[in-house]
Amino acid sequence: MEVFLQQLINGITLGSIYGLIAIGYTMVFGIIGMVNFAHGDVFMVSAFIALIAFLILTTWLGITSIALALFIVLIVAMVFTSLVNWVIERIAYRPLRGSFRLAPLISAIGMSIFLSNFVQVSQGPRNKPIPPMVQGEFVVMNGHGYAVTLSYKQLIIWGVTAVLLAAFWFLVAKTRLGRAQRACEQDQKMAALVGVNVDQTISMTFVIAAALAAVAGTMYLMYYGVVSFSDGFVPGVKAFTAAVLGGIGSLPGAVIGGLLIGLIETMWSAYFSIDYKDVAAFSVLAITLIFLPQGLFGRPDVEKV
Amino acid sequence: MADGAPANRVDWARALRDAGFTALIAFGLFLPLIGFKTITDIRNNLILTTRWPLLFAIVAIVGGGRLAYSLVAEPWLKQRTLRPVAAAPSPWRAIVGKWFVPFAIGFVIAYPAIVIAATGFRGALKWIDNFGIQILIYVMLGWGLNIVVGLAGLLDLGYVAFYAVGAYSYALLAKSFGFSFWILLPLAGILSSFWGILLGFPVLRLRGDYLAIVTLAFGEMIRLILINWVDLTNGYAGISGIPRPTFFGIPFNADDNGFAAVFGLEFSPIYRTIFLYYLILALALLTAFVTVRLRRLPVGRAWEALREDETACRSLGINTTNTKLTAFAMGAMFAGFAGSFFAARQGFISPESFTFLESATILSIVVLGGMGSQIGVAIAAIVMIGGTEIMRDLDFLKQIFGPTFDPTQYRMLLFGFAMVLIMIWRPRGLISTREPSVFLKERKSISADLIGEGHG
Repeated sequence: MEVFLQQLINGITLGSIYGLIAIGYTMVFGIIGMVNFAHGDVFMVSAFIALIAFLILTTWLGITSIALALFIVLIVAMVFTSLVNWVIERIAYRPLRGSFRLAPLISAIGMSIFLSNFVQVSQGPRNKPIPPMVQGEFVVMNGHGYAVTLSYKQLIIWGVTAVLLAAFWFLVAKTRLGRAQRACEQDQKMAALVGVNVDQTISMTFVIAAALAAVAGTMYLMYYGVVSFSDGFVPGVKAFTAAVLGGIGSLPGAVIGGLLIGLIETMWSAYFSIDYKDVAAFSVLAITLIFLPQGLFGRPDVEKV
Repeated sequence: MADGAPANRVDWARALRDAGFTALIAFGLFLPLIGFKTITDIRNNLILTTRWPLLFAIVAIVGGGRLAYSLVAEPWLKQRTLRPVAAAPSPWRAIVGKWFVPFAIGFVIAYPAIVIAATGFRGALKWIDNFGIQILIYVMLGWGLNIVVGLAGLLDLGYVAFYAVGAYSYALLAKSFGFSFWILLPLAGILSSFWGILLGFPVLRLRGDYLAIVTLAFGEMIRLILINWVDLTNGYAGISGIPRPTFFGIPFNADDNGFAAVFGLEFSPIYRTIFLYYLILALALLTAFVTVRLRRLPVGRAWEALREDETACRSLGINTTNTKLTAFAMGAMFAGFAGSFFAARQGFISPESFTFLESATILSIVVLGGMGSQIGVAIAAIVMIGGTEIMRDLDFLKQIFGPTFDPTQYRMLLFGFAMVLIMIWRPRGLISTREPSVFLKERKSISADLIGEGHG
């Protein structure tokens, strides 16, 4: 029971990070129907931006308040990562919009290879460890000689994820931009006819996706305390798995899919075998798609002849 | 232009504004990752250094490039679109088109002789091995995946799994049972196509990006199993000492019964390399030949019908399940051949050789070349793999950028960027025409835009 509770806490933390990345995949797929393979690497770039911002703040400017530093790091990472993704969309995806389906996919794979190698060349191939940002933990429950703990880092991740998801939900559900996004999702041509600026809306979608990936990147850096240039691929694939599991195009689906993947991974590592945790996550994906091809919350794909 | 301004007058104010804006964005883009560098100091702490000159050089290049584009390239492009389209295609095109394939096949057959004549025995080894064999492996993999993606229209992101199955089948069976390469080559193909059917079966109902992600997941699963099943595969450490192929029973070594001794030649490692070159050339040509013939058989026509319209295909009574599975099995079989060749050539395999990057590279070769076009796939393989191999020996750049500059680091960076650029330049691939196998009255090429891209 205690072990289970502890794994639940760890799983939700990991799942929150996956969920934040998964939203980026699902939003971009919803609006332009393209798998943004570079999104995992955008997440990795954001973790590097957060790392550099953190080092500037602590070693050069001598900020000692961790809360303030974390807040500034989060904002800086979100701003610069958004810029990166905005430029990527302009350069690599916009010229291919309306082109044939595999062209943007290949362009995105190329971008993904480019980004991870760019970081490798510019920052070096070694792991980048930082001193722990946040220490300390609560003891939630203590029984049978096993203390179930909830660390402050995990609490911060839960809190930040929840607040940002609420803000993001408000953005999509209640604002003009959100309405424009949903309109473009349904029919771009019709949306353009009624005065929605389609190009701008798609750009904003990439910016929001990058901002959420930057939150995930900052949280990842804070949680694990280390990042390397190759850290984009595996979380990226898992987040995409989460988006597909939840039903691609569905925002609550992405979050719930992320949490499920996080939970499956931690539970599998705890009870079965840590070596095969990724195999377990991918098997769940395959099984879900075989029996429920639209994912958990996806709309069924009606085929017109 | 009612006010009499010439159409191609250069608008300096706009050009400068655009250049300034672009430079500003480039500054923001490169500030964190180029402006600062994280390094580990003596006490193992991470510290920051700055690289302002590099940052400003890059910003200046980007801004200057945008300015040059507005001032030079844009008016030129505008003028080009105004020019009337040439009336008749030049006769050269037809001649080149007719003689290209025989010439190319002749060239690849003569390639080792040309290289040896040009660089001697010692220098030729690198050219035949790094360029010839390496490129031909990717040509063969590209042609194999072309069956699945280009003909049947099924998007497969885990193709490297079958390559891995072929390589491990050969390595394990040759090491544990001592079978020869020539027995195991077909066996590896059969095992791989069996896996193609096995993995193809659950994904029959899936379409489009769902199919892509599940095949990606299967590819990663096979790699993870190869890493973790240490008893069988020796995990990350890989399998070494894999028996090398023999020349119909004559090994390539310095012994008395080795190839060199039997034929009365002086021993040199190049004989094996040349033999491997012709082996992979034969395998690649076999792939191409089988594909060309299959396209005219009912099963090949069913693949292309499936790609064009699955619903129509089914309503005409084609069994789409079998059609998809044969496509997966065929593609996987050629990957299995290539895999067993790869294991035999390297003598060592590990899961590191079968990452997602390989699948992505093979798929990008297929798409960059022009899906369904075999010549296009071969050209794309030469451009992409040959290009990255050339990056390995650009040592003269060290004289320009200083001794610390290492061009090999930039290999994959440029590879990724080239993928983006080629896609933007030619979204339908380098070869933009296709040769339909079914035609009315006369055979002719059609534009690639008329070819469906499949649902799966």
